[in-house]
Parts: sequence; C-alpha cells; structure tokens
Amino acid sequence: MTFIDTLIQGEQGLFKPESLTPMQKMTLRFVVVGLVYYAFAVIEGMIMRVVEAVHLPFVSEEQFFAILTAHPLVGIFGSTYSIVFGAFLFLVPFLMKKPLWSLKLGHWTFGLLAGGTFVFWSAGFLSHYSPLYTLYWPLPADFSQFSVVGGIFFIAGIALVMAGAALFVINVFKTITYTPPGWDKQPAGALLGSALGLSGLRNLFRKEKKEHLVPLPVAAVARGSVDTALNTAVILFTGVLILVYMVGHVLGFDLKHSAIDALLYKNWFWWGLDLIADGLVLIFVAGAWYLLATMITGKKLFMENIARAALLVELVVSWTVWSHHLMSDQAQPGILKLVSGEMVTAFELITQGLAFAITLITLWNARPLKMTQPLKFLFGGLLGFALAVPAGIMQADLGLNRILHNTQWVVGPHVHVAILVGLTMTLYAAIYLLLPVLTNGAKLWSDKLANVHFWCHLLGGIGMGAFMGMAGLQGMLRRTLYFGGEFRTYMILAALAGALLLVGFLAFFLNIVMTVGLRGVVGIFLPSKLKTKDLLPAGN
Amino acid sequence: MVDPKTVLWGQTIAYTFYCLAIMAVVAWFAYKVTRKGKEKPFPPALFWAFFALLVVLGVSLHIVTHETIPWKALDLERHKIAADREFEIAIVGHEFRLPARPMVIREGETVRFTVTSDDLTYGFGLFRPDSSMLFQMQVLPGHVNDILWRFDRPGRYTLRSTEYSGWKGLRMIVPDAVEVVE
Repeated sequence: MTFIDTLIQGEQGLFKPESLTPMQKMTLRFVVVGLVYYAFAVIEGMIMRVVEAVHLPFVSEEQFFAILTAHPLVGIFGSTYSIVFGAFLFLVPFLMKKPLWSLKLGHWTFGLLAGGTFVFWSAGFLSHYSPLYTLYWPLPADFSQFSVVGGIFFIAGIALVMAGAALFVINVFKTITYTPPGWDKQPAGALLGSALGLSGLRNLFRKEKKEHLVPLPVAAVARGSVDTALNTAVILFTGVLILVYMVGHVLGFDLKHSAIDALLYKNWFWWGLDLIADGLVLIFVAGAWYLLATMITGKKLFMENIARAALLVELVVSWTVWSHHLMSDQAQPGILKLVSGEMVTAFELITQGLAFAITLITLWNARPLKMTQPLKFLFGGLLGFALAVPAGIMQADLGLNRILHNTQWVVGPHVHVAILVGLTMTLYAAIYLLLPVLTNGAKLWSDKLANVHFWCHLLGGIGMGAFMGMAGLQGMLRRTLYFGGEFRTYMILAALAGALLLVGFLAFFLNIVMTVGLRGVVGIFLPSKLKTKDLLPAGN
Repeated sequence: MVDPKTVLWGQTIAYTFYCLAIMAVVAWFAYKVTRKGKEKPFPPALFWAFFALLVVLGVSLHIVTHETIPWKALDLERHKIAADREFEIAIVGHEFRLPARPMVIREGETVRFTVTSDDLTYGFGLFRPDSSMLFQMQVLPGHVNDILWRFDRPGRYTLRSTEYSGWKGLRMIVPDAVEVVE
C-alpha cells in the first residue's frame, strides 16, 4: 500500500469501523476526543514554556494566565477524564462479563465531557477569565480583573464536565451491581462490598480466604469512583457559590466577599480538589497497573489481598490528606498541618510504593517477557510515580514547604512528572494494549514510531520536570512571569524538553492515524450498524 | 540558624541520588524481565522488607527535618515566642503597604512579620538578590498571617507576592524591602 492509501484506509486496511459494536465505538470516541484535548494541553504547555523562556509579543499577560488556567483543566478533565472514563466504561463490563448498565448514559458522559471542556476552554480563550484551577477566594469573583460573562460560561463548562463525571459514577456502580435481563438475581450488596474492598479486608483476617466477587481492577475503579463522586459534589457546590456572586453582579448588586471565609473555603475546596490528585488518580493508576500486569503476564497478581487492602487504605488516606496544600497558610491549625499535611501524606509513599512493588513482582514472576509497547510504557508509568511521589512527600514537610511552596519544584518534579510520565505513560500502555481489542485486530503502523514516541515522551517528561525543579530550588516561583532574564537557562532547557514531548505526541498521533486511517477515524463517529449490547462483535 | 540554601543543597543531593538510583533499578528490572530467570517465585520476605523500608522512610523524613530545620519548630511554637522586632504589613489592591522602607533588622534578631489582606489571597516572600527564596507564607484575607524568622546574616531582601492574585498582581515586587545590618 502507498503512504496515501494507508493514510486513508489504515495499515493494510485491517481496521473496519463498520465491524465495531456500539460499545467499541463509544470507547474509541472517548479516546479520540481525549487525545485531541491532550494536543490542546501540549500546545498550551509549549506556549507557556516559550513565554517563560523568551517573551512572545503576541501573548499578553492576561492571555498567559488564561492559558495557565485552562491548561491543567483541559489536561485533566478534557483529556485524562475522557480517556480514563472511556476505558473504564469498557473495562468494567468486560471484566464483570456482563453488558454496561446504560450505553445511553455513557454517551451522555462523553458528550458532557467533550462539550463542557470546549465551553470552559472557549470562555477562558475569549474572555481571559483566569482565576486558575485553585480558585482561591475571592479571586473567581473579582470582577475588577475578570469578565463576569466569561466567568459564567467558564463555570458552566466545568459544571457540564462534573455532570458527565456524576453519570460515569452512576454507570460504574450500576454495572457492578445490576442484574442483566435473563440472568439469575445478582447479589448487589455483596458485589458492592467486594468492589469497595470489604471482602479483601476480611480476607486478611480469615484463615480460609474467600473468592472475590469483583476483579481487582474493577475494585480499583469502584474505589476511585467514590472519590470522583465526592470531588464532583465539591466542585459543583463551589461552582454554584461562585455563580451566585456572578449573577448578583450581573443583576447590579455585589455580594460581600467577606461573607465567605477564605480559609474555610480553601480547606473545603482543596479537600475536594485533592480527591483528584491524591485520590482517584492514584487509585485508578494502581488499578490500571494491576490490570496491565495481569494482562501482559497472563498470571495472577502477586499479593492480591494486600493490593486490595492498600487500595482501601488509599481511599481513606485520600479523604484526610488535603492539608498538605495549606502548610504555608499560617492561620491553618498546626495540628492539621502535622497530622493531615505531614503524616497522612507520608502514607501515600507506602500505598503507592506497595502498588509499584506488587506490579513489578508480578512481572518478575512471569519472566521471560517480551518487551512490547504496553510493557515499555508501563515501566515508564511506574518510573514516573517512583520519581514524583517522593518529590511530593518532600514538599509536604513543614520545614521544606516554607522554601518550596509555590515554586517550580512543586509543579515540575512532582506535578508534571506524575501526570506526564506516571499517569500519561500508564494510559499510553493501556491504549497500546487495548488497541487490537477495541479495533477488532487493527495492526500498529510502525513499531519504530512507537519507540520514538516512548523515548521522546519519557526523556521530555523527566527532562522538563528536572529543569523546572532545578529552577524551583533556586527560588523560581510558579504562576508568575519574570521580566529580568532570571532563570532563563533553566526555562530554555525546560522548553527544549517540552518540545521533545511534542515530537513524541506527533509521532504517536501519526502512528494512530496511519493505523486506523482517516476513513477509520470518521467511521468511529458514525453510528454503529450492529444492534447489540455485547462489548465485542460475535466471533471475537 | 542554618541557611535555607544549605537545606536546599542537601535536598538536591539526596533527591538527585535517589532519581539516579531508581532510574537504574527500573532500567535493570526492565532488562531482567526479558531474560529467563530461575523458577523460584519472588520471596515474600523481601516484599515485607520493602514495606518496612517505606514505613521507615515515610516517618523518618519528618522527624529528621524537625530536628535539623530550625524554622519548623519556630513556626509551630511562634505564638509562645517573643520577637525582637515586629513589622505589620497590609496589602490592599495588589500593593504592599510597608511600615518603613527598607525595614531594617539587626543581625541575629528574631522578627515577626504580620501581614493582612483587605481583599484577595496573596503571598509574602523574601528573596535574595540572586532571586533565591529565603522564606514565604500565604496571606489570606480576613485572617492574621504571621511568620517568625531569625536573620543571622547581613543582606538585602526583595519582597514579592508568592501567590497568584490575578494578572494585576504580576508586579507585586518591592526591591530591597528588608535590610539586615551588622
């Protein structure tokens, strides 16, 4: 086949979108939209990296902070939520061996994530509404700096995403517990208990271990979904609060900002927001590692009961860990800084360390393994968290936080290495692994290009985090701009590493387009002709 | 009091060493899993030893810093400690209102900065001439935000807001706001 033929038909014409079930199409739509929003986040990130190194005259200060506000939200909600929710809406029924509870609800989740992200991104792009994702009170209601109309659309977009997340949670729990038509009555209570980890906990103290009703990766999805639900409630409530101030302003009466206590609000909002960073992300990632390790090796997970118990501990840890974000807030009670900020946060080293070890040992016990793309990217994901979690534990120390808070250290070696190397490489491992399953046997166009993707992403992600971290240790703040050439060398090096990430993504993007072909990409978005609730077509 | 720069150098060395070690371990592991190994499964005792190591590391970091970083205890006990000098600073409309400029401090003095905000959440940080940070804290409206610090070396420090308060706060910088004299 010529290059043009492959571009249109896909590698060897193997991908036939008309063979896809509605479930496969829905999942692939989530992935495609997630990757498009990942491209948004990469381009926005590159613009900011360049502006930090050399000022660009066509990027105003207002625009820079609007990008800084949209960038993490597009990355997490538009990209990661899309890919993760899409994958889990497929994997939960796949592993439970029964159909998804509601395909319609799945489509609504897809539409709300894709549409909501576009609404808040556009609001930020057009109006420069830029209170950052932290929304420190009363900044989101400061209409001397920000457009109230832009803010209303921004908050409405976030609310749409949250509504999509809420529907995802309902769909996950209903799929675990419901009885499909024609089946014997399913033990909903026992299934829920198993999904939340109670059976795993009981097994630790039983002489005769009982079989788990719910596979471990599904238990991880369920537990992460609890945090997703709580986080959704907190963000929605906060959004409504901000909207009240906005609507008041539009109607001509300004509510007093002091009616809301800034410290109480910060505790409340960080409690909810941290359920993403220190809750569902860590739990979902651990679940994804376990799934990848067992699928790659075809063997049982090492120390499965410990893994289940660690997930349950992580769930509780994620509810009590938020105060490490307030260690530099002097009005925050010292006991909260010590217990929640330092001690509970240190537990993440243990829970994530156990997930890291269990995954590696499961792989070790299955030697020799072929170094496939999923395995390679899984190692990248494991390394990312092995680098980023200790960096986070360090800054969650009362002594070190005094000289690290709000520096580039926080956002470089911790946040970006965790998200770009740890989380994203884990997601790529899942995409490479599930590609043949979701496409009914499409073949990757180029293994060499996948290797380019791997090395550029790994070196770019670690490199960018490292140079940002070096600047942070020298005192460079995040969420600001420098005008006197300070830290320029570090920022140029970080921008070059960021460029490697962009090259890696372009290699991946080209590889995927050539694998499924343009006809295939269009076909994913056309309605399926197969009228089935099955995940895969008959015969697969 | 130990200089924050010294603490950060220690952190840099420790974290760099850790990064190189963990990258080497993962690379070695990735190589070894592709090779045929002995039939023996991984010994659970080694797994439990790793678990114990994680517990020791998680707990010991904060104990070590409590014993070696003097401003940690100073911060937790600050309400019981009398300062040699006090400065009260207000922030209004993205502007620092200082009691004097520069705020002069004698070497060796323990100083309390109490900062209040009338409107937004800001930050309060002192920086050396090479832009490296001495310390920082958050400044929340409606609350008393105070920090105690002992100045053991002469020098001049620039004050800047260390928290984003909208694009209007981008230039909240006061050069040489603090001068420590011998």
